[in-house]
Amino acid sequence: MSTLLEELTEERIHPETTHRILICGGIPCTSLGCRKVKEAFESELSERGLTGSVPLKIVGCIGDCSLGPAAIVYPEGIVYQKLNPDHARMIVREHIIAGRVVEQLLHRDPQSEKILRQREEMPFYRQQTRLVLRNCGVISAHIEDYLKYRGYAALTRALTEMSPEQVIDEVKSAGLRGRGGGGFPTGRKWELVRAAAGDEKYVICNADEGDPGAFMDRNILEGDPHSVLEGLLIAGYAVGAQRGYIYVRAEYPTAVHHSKAAIEQAREKKLLGENILEKGYSFDIEIRIGAGAFVCGEETALISSIHGTRGDPNPRPPFPAEKGLWGKPTLINNVETLANIPLIILHGGGRFAELGTENSRGTKVFALAGKVRRTGLVEVPLGTSLRTIIYDIGGGIPGDRKFKAAQTGGPSGGCIGPELLDITMDYRSLQEAGSMIGSGGLIVMDENTCMVDIARFYLDFTQDESCGKCTPCRIGTKRALEILEKITAGKGEERDLEQLEQLALLMKNGSLCGLGRSAPNPVLSTLYRFRDEYLAHIKEHRCPAGACRALARPYIMEDKCRSCGICSRICPAAAVTGEKGVPYRIDPEKCIDCTKCYEECPFDAVTRGGPLYAEVDH
Amino acid sequence: MPKLIIDQQELKVEEGVTVLEAARKFGIDIPTLCYLKDLNAPAACRVCLVQVEGRPTMDPACVLAVQEGMIVQTHTPEILAARKQIIELLLSDHPFECLTCERNLNCELQRMAKRYGVRDLRLEGSRNHFPIDDLSPSVVREPDKCIRCRRCISICEYYQAVGIYRMVERSFNAVAGPAYNGSLMETPCIYCGQCITVCPTGALREQDSTSRVWEALQDPDLHVIVQTAPSIRSTIGEEFGYPVGALVTGQMVASLRRLGFDRVFDDCFGADVTVMEEAAELMERLASGGPFPQFTSCCPSWIRFCESFYPDLIDNLSEVKSPQQIFGALAKTYYAREAGIDPAKIFCVSIMPCVSKKYELLRPEMNDSGYRDVDAELSTREFAQMLFQAGIDLRKMPEEDFDSPLGSASGAGVIFGSTGGVLEAALRTVYEWLTGEELQQVEFPEVRSQEYKDAEIQMGDQRIKVAVARGTGEARRLIEALLKGEKEYHFVEIMACPSGCVGGGGQPIYIETNDWNEQVAHRSRRAGGLFEQDRQKECRKSHANPAIIKLYADFLDHPGSETAHRLLHTGYVFRKLYAPEPLPKKEHKQKVQPL
Repeated sequence: MSTLLEELTEERIHPETTHRILICGGIPCTSLGCRKVKEAFESELSERGLTGSVPLKIVGCIGDCSLGPAAIVYPEGIVYQKLNPDHARMIVREHIIAGRVVEQLLHRDPQSEKILRQREEMPFYRQQTRLVLRNCGVISAHIEDYLKYRGYAALTRALTEMSPEQVIDEVKSAGLRGRGGGGFPTGRKWELVRAAAGDEKYVICNADEGDPGAFMDRNILEGDPHSVLEGLLIAGYAVGAQRGYIYVRAEYPTAVHHSKAAIEQAREKKLLGENILEKGYSFDIEIRIGAGAFVCGEETALISSIHGTRGDPNPRPPFPAEKGLWGKPTLINNVETLANIPLIILHGGGRFAELGTENSRGTKVFALAGKVRRTGLVEVPLGTSLRTIIYDIGGGIPGDRKFKAAQTGGPSGGCIGPELLDITMDYRSLQEAGSMIGSGGLIVMDENTCMVDIARFYLDFTQDESCGKCTPCRIGTKRALEILEKITAGKGEERDLEQLEQLALLMKNGSLCGLGRSAPNPVLSTLYRFRDEYLAHIKEHRCPAGACRALARPYIMEDKCRSCGICSRICPAAAVTGEKGVPYRIDPEKCIDCTKCYEECPFDAVTRGGPLYAEVDH
Repeated sequence: MPKLIIDQQELKVEEGVTVLEAARKFGIDIPTLCYLKDLNAPAACRVCLVQVEGRPTMDPACVLAVQEGMIVQTHTPEILAARKQIIELLLSDHPFECLTCERNLNCELQRMAKRYGVRDLRLEGSRNHFPIDDLSPSVVREPDKCIRCRRCISICEYYQAVGIYRMVERSFNAVAGPAYNGSLMETPCIYCGQCITVCPTGALREQDSTSRVWEALQDPDLHVIVQTAPSIRSTIGEEFGYPVGALVTGQMVASLRRLGFDRVFDDCFGADVTVMEEAAELMERLASGGPFPQFTSCCPSWIRFCESFYPDLIDNLSEVKSPQQIFGALAKTYYAREAGIDPAKIFCVSIMPCVSKKYELLRPEMNDSGYRDVDAELSTREFAQMLFQAGIDLRKMPEEDFDSPLGSASGAGVIFGSTGGVLEAALRTVYEWLTGEELQQVEFPEVRSQEYKDAEIQMGDQRIKVAVARGTGEARRLIEALLKGEKEYHFVEIMACPSGCVGGGGQPIYIETNDWNEQVAHRSRRAGGLFEQDRQKECRKSHANPAIIKLYADFLDHPGSETAHRLLHTGYVFRKLYAPEPLPKKEHKQKVQPL
């Protein structure tokens, strides 16, 4: 029996034999100049009279950001990396016209030195299960492309063969849980909205993705907006809604643009509007653009924002399922959740449930970032181990430094340490470890990362993004941030830790919405797991990772020093002395902590996290 | 009737009540700060946190609806610690100016700190520093003292339907204020001051006029006179421990003499004149067919509301000035002449239940006497403050009478201080003028109510349709109904504050309840004293007041006369929202001759 992934791949056996070029339009590739590359492709193709016969499209992110700007040439599926406009012309001349793959532009695996031509060969992709991202980087955002790959077939199936209750049962049997952070069972949520009294109901696609570093929702809306539209249409049918909204932040102009275009295209095909597929189901979708407040990702704040008022959260209950948008029962699902729906309806909840673990079915897209060789969007079955994601897919930590922690779930999540490297990435395990899947942020940290500083960074974010409505969040985050700033500046006292913990627990227990309740997670998880680092800052005025500038204390590690003398020559305070054959040494009394030696040492023999002055043997 | 357990006690409560209400009903007072029942429940302050068994976090009792079988803890050590911590957090962003704060000893935050025994402040850090907005003539905002309870937002938005306040800025700097956290002066704020009466701290207060009055009282060249609004006699007592609504007219007069006022007059006299002029205006409209309804014009906040939000209706506003301004204009003309005093030397102080009157007396057109008609206004609270400063204990005062000639008023003038009073006072006069018969039953119970009320009153062969609204929210609903043609009236009384002037923005602040309806009821209990004094008065009709008869005979001639027009009538302006102060309407000003 084939797996869902194989079935999907089956659908992708292209009958085409002619060339087409897809250029990655993800954020990193865009920043690195993929538009210039596209222009070069265009002009070269037109010079060669190939405009039109070789389709050229910018598509959603194809995945591995370390390849950017990247392009894939079909039908062979050759991946070209790190392109500039000259490369583009070369690809047209060599590959498209002469039929020769341009070897020099292919990706070479840094470890095995092997040339990897196709995505399927690359370790980054090989171990992924790209279901939600199935179309990203493969087709354009246009409805014609989507329809080629059984687009809207799930909607057709739902409307022709299934009752709304059956649709809900299918989603329930899939065991799909919300991918936006809360992890609430999606089928259950649909059931609640369907059961809520009233004829007027709404469904909202929450595309207010705001976690720093997370961009899977953006990517799906940019690369495959129709899968979200289809999910929204099916959700509307299941719960009995007549209108859907996509709430997307203004900072995602391409996502807004593609969603708008997708809605227009769907209307033209009569997949939106009155009497869809002549099955008596009427549904339309509007876009609402958020102004970028992080808190508007919270359901009740999002509703306030659509109402046209300040995006402040409101107490729950009443839950949006009973009293939501315009006071009517409202279903709110995240982009990734909705993108899963067509798959579930088309292939059956049972097939979907084969993936993942008992309490966490299906796949999850993680935004892999930080101290890891390959970064980007990684879709794996829930339950995949953290080690697999970091080392097999991500290629490990650069410089082979030690893994220190992984921050999951963005500012609402927590940090897990090396002892949990084999943790399975699913809802329950992460929650038990004091973190969460959240929206799928995954930031890898090595020994040069200071955990106190990380807690400070995330709290700085949530403090700034607090709406300021309830006291624990408005003042609590501020006071906790002040304590962390004090500690990272080397001015902390031991009682600050107790104070910090109390504040964090108050926020967790007493805040009005999810933002305030989860804001202390990065603080609490580091406080519990990396308490010694906090204490080093407080008692020894030392940052063990050497990351806190105010505590930077350059120190030469004897075992790494090769006595080259560079540090001594560049030291503006003449604090470094030594001679050939003997490790150099920094006189702490003369050192002005400028960290010049740290930056310049060719052997990485200088650390910024040196021991206390008093402990140095001199 | 769901059953639940609160602190090990099993209770049965009605469907739909909150845990807070259930607990309070059974004698457990869960603390609240932002909550004001039936008006404001944003669940923002979080001091009402309780723990419900089976729920992962604590919940705010103020919005948590009771459910069958709920098990609630309201004062475990964890809950008490959390509440205390929340109060400490609020204090850490609060200026420690309690000793110099207007709300010292009458502050809900202060009470909460005392109740939870906050002794040391473990959480110190940066504080917000917002500019003080003291540009408006009436209301001063000191946002540093704001605890983000949002009551000002709710009362302005839902009760008054004005909507000046919103949360501005975000995160730590979020604060309640007008658009862009600018000045109230730049907004269509109607200066009713209701926000002051619900503010739990000293973040909102009135413009201080006491120093100006103290200065005037010290000036030997000035002849300082004072007029007391109808409602003051039944509310000032509250500040001295009298029961609510206690009538202390005599003591009040005596205390004002001891403060050093040269003459103590009664604004109810001004009210009687208002009745005369307004009744005459209504007679004229009845004769000439409108425009109807005629709206009362005693309340400057209502005037500002109408000018700002319904400028097309300004012709419906009675053109008679408010009692305060009528009194001022007469004091510097009629009284000056009678007493032989140079009006330039007269300093006219008014004691009002109001902060809007501070704005009214500054309206550019309020100088028909040739001078600023009224020089300074004191709210009831400021008046009490001055008595405290002077060491005058109202309870030890003898009962004294007002001075004449502007001191003797009818019962009709006295009831001006309550909602429905202006209408009733006018009806007593209109009835007799219209029918030529003596009114047997002077009271009109059909217009006395704490809720929106309308009535039809048979006067001879005419049926006069009248209505009373209090609160501009109610006024807005009434006007919308009028505009849609659903309602039709001849005469409508509108006051901007709940219960009328007894519930004014300048009245004593009552923080013993956080139930809005209970607060309104408290305010209306104050009106009891006014109706009582009306019953005691020998003369209960303005036109029968001998002092009024004398005023018309000696000075004004007849209601609506040229002198009356010049001194006692006014015009209104078309106010654009969020625009600079407009000039008074030209054409009307032409009617007014310079002295």
